[in-house]
Amino acid sequence: MRVFVCLGNVPDTTTKVKFTENNSVFDNTGVQWVINPWDELALTRAMELKEDSGSSVEKVTVITVGTKSAEPTIRKALAIGADDAIRINAEPTDAYDVAAKLAGVLKNEDIGFVMCGIESCDYNGSAVGGMLSEFLNLPSVSSVSGIEVKGEKVSVSRTIDGGKEIISIDTPFVAIVQKGISIEPRIPAMRGIMMARKKPLNVVEVPDTEVLTSHKSFELPQPKPPCKIVNPENVKELFDLLQNEAKVL
Amino acid sequence: MEKSKQITGGEFIVKETEAKDIFIPEEFDEEQNMIAQTCRDFLETEVFPNLDRIDQQEDGLMPEILTKAGELGLLGISLPEKYDGFEQSFVTSMLAGDVMGAAYSFAVAYSCHTGIGTLPILYYGNDEQKGKYIPKLASGEWKGAYALTEPNAGSDANAGKTNAVLSDDGKHYLLNGQKMWITNSGFADVITVFAKIDNDRVLSAFIVERNFPGIVFNPEEKKMGIKGSSTRQLFFNDCKVPVENLLGNRGQGFRIALNILHMGRIKLGGNVLGAAKHAINQSVQYANERKQFKMLIGSFGSIKHKLAEQVIKNFTTESAVYRASYNVDQYVEQSLEVMIKEKATIDAYAQLAVEAAILKVAGSEALDYIVDENVQIHGGMGYSAELDVDRGYRDSRINRIFEGTNEINKILVVDTVLKRGAKGYFDLFGEAEKAYKNLVSLSGTPELEDDFYAEKKRIIGNFRKIALFLIHATSEKFQRKLMYEQEILNNIADIIILLYVSESSLLRVEKLENIKDAEQIKVYKDIIDVFIYDASGRISKFAKDAIYSFAEGEIKDMLVKGTNYYTLVSGVNTKEARRRIADKLIDDNKYNF
Repeated sequence: MRVFVCLGNVPDTTTKVKFTENNSVFDNTGVQWVINPWDELALTRAMELKEDSGSSVEKVTVITVGTKSAEPTIRKALAIGADDAIRINAEPTDAYDVAAKLAGVLKNEDIGFVMCGIESCDYNGSAVGGMLSEFLNLPSVSSVSGIEVKGEKVSVSRTIDGGKEIISIDTPFVAIVQKGISIEPRIPAMRGIMMARKKPLNVVEVPDTEVLTSHKSFELPQPKPPCKIVNPENVKELFDLLQNEAKVL
Repeated sequence: MEKSKQITGGEFIVKETEAKDIFIPEEFDEEQNMIAQTCRDFLETEVFPNLDRIDQQEDGLMPEILTKAGELGLLGISLPEKYDGFEQSFVTSMLAGDVMGAAYSFAVAYSCHTGIGTLPILYYGNDEQKGKYIPKLASGEWKGAYALTEPNAGSDANAGKTNAVLSDDGKHYLLNGQKMWITNSGFADVITVFAKIDNDRVLSAFIVERNFPGIVFNPEEKKMGIKGSSTRQLFFNDCKVPVENLLGNRGQGFRIALNILHMGRIKLGGNVLGAAKHAINQSVQYANERKQFKMLIGSFGSIKHKLAEQVIKNFTTESAVYRASYNVDQYVEQSLEVMIKEKATIDAYAQLAVEAAILKVAGSEALDYIVDENVQIHGGMGYSAELDVDRGYRDSRINRIFEGTNEINKILVVDTVLKRGAKGYFDLFGEAEKAYKNLVSLSGTPELEDDFYAEKKRIIGNFRKIALFLIHATSEKFQRKLMYEQEILNNIADIIILLYVSESSLLRVEKLENIKDAEQIKVYKDIIDVFIYDASGRISKFAKDAIYSFAEGEIKDMLVKGTNYYTLVSGVNTKEARRRIADKLIDDNKYNF
């Protein structure tokens, strides 16, 4: 079976966030782009499943909506081990747009299952996976923290309050994955990096989606006030500060 | 790679280079950047969480981490595909070394294994030797080391007493002697060992496996820094080395050792960059967090001065390192028609011996400055062993000592330039005489250029003239005895180093004009402004120190006058320039130049 992993191309998490045009556009000058961490974990699990001789996963394809500038991120996924890649040639605007475009390509593919990170680390919308399954008219499971494939049988596990549930599910479906799906992302090895340039990276065009949202403005959080240190013996002062200044008691 | 001009090492002393002819780090391609990122990810997961354990030399840890690097292919980046490597360019291997340089003791183990531990066999081994050892070294299954130094043969490597004699049955060499300061010796499986066969005047090299009978490894040395790097003495007591393990020809060892040292010096230039960037990041992140007098210390001019100077030193060294590294690739490319790649590569190192020595000295001095100011910016916390700042400070110090001390390397800079001149690699003595004779015609003050780059090139041209007229004057004065005037040679070497680093940095920024926009380029021009202004002052001092040490009367006056004329530069508001450089660093909260 073929597994599709949706990749988000996001700013490195140490990026200093700045905006232009009256705080309505993210300033991407000098930004280093990386694979969205949740998607990277999904890719790692997909690779493990492909390498597992007991699983029927035979091919892992990464798919992303992005311009040519997203290709280094896609090629990193190929270096990690994905067999091929699809880049939908468009600047992603919002979750609806991304989901619609992904579905526009995936609806024509023979899908085992699709993996999406639960959210992206830039806009944290947590919406693409759910919308994608709707567009594809496929079932979806959210907050997936484990996927097992034994032959053709697939089961997913979810962390629930105080425990874990395991669900068996028919393919095809959309798995919206969170941390725990794999331990840590893989580091591309030299061999993978060398092979990445030889693997197919198909660029496709899909029709524009209706634009439903636009950014009015962004606000950066207030800078943290300086830390106050209270002498351990001075419990009264601590209570006083928590009650009257921080107003948390 | 485009067909490039013939590379002649050391030629910069007589000839300008154009920006289009140098490689700059901003030109790394996507694959190279990915390799660098893999190295960074590797350090984050395998090295940085284990720094204390590494420095405590926890049993088996260092070889285990090297093995993991091997699994990722990071030990075979530049090795031929035939031997399970990835056959990447020299520049790419330098980039990997640059990133790995941040890894404290691991950086030394990595550099030793991939450099002096592996490459002598690749360059000088026969097919059987290469086939037997290189794949295992590339994968990390075996670890490599290199044993040249002896108690009485450090800088004077050929003075080694370790001896090899053929066994009665002619099947083995029996090695006897002692080696010291052998990096990776605690776990290395394969060691290139230098010894003299019978009563030979010169060294030969041998591939020695750890389990050959007759080798004793002393306990680990206690060191100031790089405490996690394994360093031991080796004793050979009738150590039986099969005759087929002679590396290269009998008597070729000293040549092997010298060429491997040239390579090691360029590589050291790359390693110190990673360590420097790591220290600068620590500095700026602390300056962006630590408050005194209710202000972040990064807002104080004194701290900005230090931060800017750290950036300038790293940026300028880096410019020189990648310029020379790319020259290695160019030289190899040009030589492939007439020789095999291994021979071409070793020839390239020898060709770039002057640049290699420059990178070694400039790089290690830059790093020592940067880690020292890193401690200072951290104040008491820098002196504390709680952060890794003290570790970086201690670990840096060895760079001025190993791969040939900086003192040896400075003399090598001048000595090699002179020898190249004598052999006709370039017209050194003609140009030097011209620069000297031109001194009498100097009068008034020099005309300044309006254009930024033209003006800086004029100044750098003047640095070149100073180096040249000093070479002429000292060669005339001392003839063959010049080599005994080490203090003067040091002065001339310092000038040549500043010439090469200044020119490399300026050409890099000129080339950056095509990559960065007008706003972005300003801070790079600030770096050049400060560095070249500073270099003029230092060159003036070095030149006069030299002149007052040998010249007299009218000649002395003429040389001093020439120095003054050629080091006259427009004033630079270094305070504001440094503040702008520091502000970018502070704003980015990491080294991002």
